[in-house]
Amino acid sequence: MFLQVILTGALIGSVYSLVAVGLTLVWGLMDIINFAHGDMMMISMYTVFWLYTLLKFDPFVSLPISAGITALLGVLIYKFVIKRVVNAPGLMALLATFGLSLFIRNFAQFLWSPNYRFVGESILSGKRIFLADLIIGLPQLAAALGSIVMTFLIALFIKKTKTGKAIQATAQGRDIAELMGVNTEKIYAITFALSGICVGVAGTLLSGIFPVYPEAGAMYGLLAFVIVALGGFGNIWGAFYAGILIGLTEALGGFYLGTQFKYALAFLIYLLVLQFRPKGLFGW
Amino acid sequence: MAMKNRLLYVISVVALVLPFIFRNVNFQHIMIMLLIFAGLGESWNIITGFAGQTSFGHAAFFGIGAYTSTILFYKFGISPWVGMLLGALFAAVVSAIVSYPCFRLKGHYFAVATLAVAEIIKQLFVSWDYVEGATGISIPVKPDSFWMMQFHRSKIPYFLIAYVLFIVSVVIAVLIERNKMGYYLKAIRESHEAAEALGINTTRYKLYAMIVSSAVTAMFGTLYAQYILYIDPFMVFGLDISMKIVLLTVLGGLGTVYGPIIGSAILIPLSEYTRAFLGGTGKGIDLMIYGALIVIVACFEPRGVFGLFQRSKKRGAQYAKTTA
Repeated sequence: MFLQVILTGALIGSVYSLVAVGLTLVWGLMDIINFAHGDMMMISMYTVFWLYTLLKFDPFVSLPISAGITALLGVLIYKFVIKRVVNAPGLMALLATFGLSLFIRNFAQFLWSPNYRFVGESILSGKRIFLADLIIGLPQLAAALGSIVMTFLIALFIKKTKTGKAIQATAQGRDIAELMGVNTEKIYAITFALSGICVGVAGTLLSGIFPVYPEAGAMYGLLAFVIVALGGFGNIWGAFYAGILIGLTEALGGFYLGTQFKYALAFLIYLLVLQFRPKGLFGW
Repeated sequence: MAMKNRLLYVISVVALVLPFIFRNVNFQHIMIMLLIFAGLGESWNIITGFAGQTSFGHAAFFGIGAYTSTILFYKFGISPWVGMLLGALFAAVVSAIVSYPCFRLKGHYFAVATLAVAEIIKQLFVSWDYVEGATGISIPVKPDSFWMMQFHRSKIPYFLIAYVLFIVSVVIAVLIERNKMGYYLKAIRESHEAAEALGINTTRYKLYAMIVSSAVTAMFGTLYAQYILYIDPFMVFGLDISMKIVLLTVLGGLGTVYGPIIGSAILIPLSEYTRAFLGGTGKGIDLMIYGALIVIVACFEPRGVFGLFQRSKKRGAQYAKTTA
């Protein structure tokens, strides 16, 4: 049973990781807290839902479409909102993204009502594999594996490609990167697109497991803040391990103490770890 | 300095007189909410605006204030006035206990920690049966009485209490800003290391700021509970309350005494009127418009509304200079 709980925690933790990776990219690069991050994920979940309901698309078929839509949404958010507040003093950027989050969430409620909706069938739904005495649901496994692969691809992109290096350079010093010929405006837009792709993929993978409703992204957004800080701002692998850690905490706490405490424990872990590593697990 | 004071006097007199001129109940309700949130903004401003330690968790203290008085009244029939003082004391103690470890964290790490603390406290109240958990508490209705802080015939007594608390919060903010402590806090905000190098005990002053800030916040929590007559953990401990305080202060102007007043005067009527006209359909149009307006203000006036005033004043001064 213990192993089963660990496994469940690790599986959901990997999805948390992917959401957090998207957030940490933007946070680390631009020092902007994107409160609308979870709501972008919700949009991706609705995209999958509607493609399934109207066109009978399997969630795995609609993955590129939903990721594309959230990437576009990310770019639009950057172009129309973030660009204007990125250099503003104080917490003005936060004010803007919070307003954005309210807007997106209630816009979804306006269009699609607050009801829970479910993506009925996918090629994986209801299937499970048995491994010794462990039961693994295939949708959960696919969500976890998909998230890990995606995190790996993002890390590879940042590390190996020219654009990725430009992103790193911009994060280290915007002015100098600009002097070196980096078009930082473009880099910011690309980073928001990447962040959108992360939540787009995460939302798609989750839509087969969880109900779709306007507040669906809210808790993920909030947990993503904690995970990003726990991993150290801007650190992709930090966010990844922190996500797994939070997933495990939640599963173990939920199992041994009761589900009502699982989020409280996730927050408590953050406070405890930060006592020993004040800049996150992998921060310096 | 005198000029600054005079403007504050004008604002406080106008705020006091308005509900007696416009005797509309909705207007009085908006004035009460406006003063409550302006006061909350003032107290949040002490720790975030002055000392630069961003708190996303002030709902924790607001909720402690609301729950302390409500529990004492609901279970033991003790006057909310006593509850208000005890709530403030209790919030101060809690803030001291949680702040001490949190102050080791800097910048966003601190901000996320405050958010985590508020969420943990919320979860605890949700699963705590003695305080009715997630169902919340309806405060038993008693005949109008000052001692029991319940008034059903008119909103004016609530308004007056809100007004007095608001004035208290403004006076505290002004006193801190214009005394040694204010300069210390602003030094900490500008550079933690430099402040320490100058011999300021940064942890102690941040702690003082947090204690004062949370105690005042808790007092508004009590008033809010007595005014609405119902509380549940999501309502008083929720991120919504924390963020509303942050939003209106940032909107008005962070780190100034006028900021929360301006921000509240814009945001509260906006949210109350959009809710009155467009809410109730269950479609979220009111919050949609509210969100969109916040985005628009943030995009087009990134320095806050107070920044707009300062800029126009500077422009006026420059104009006077060039024409002279």
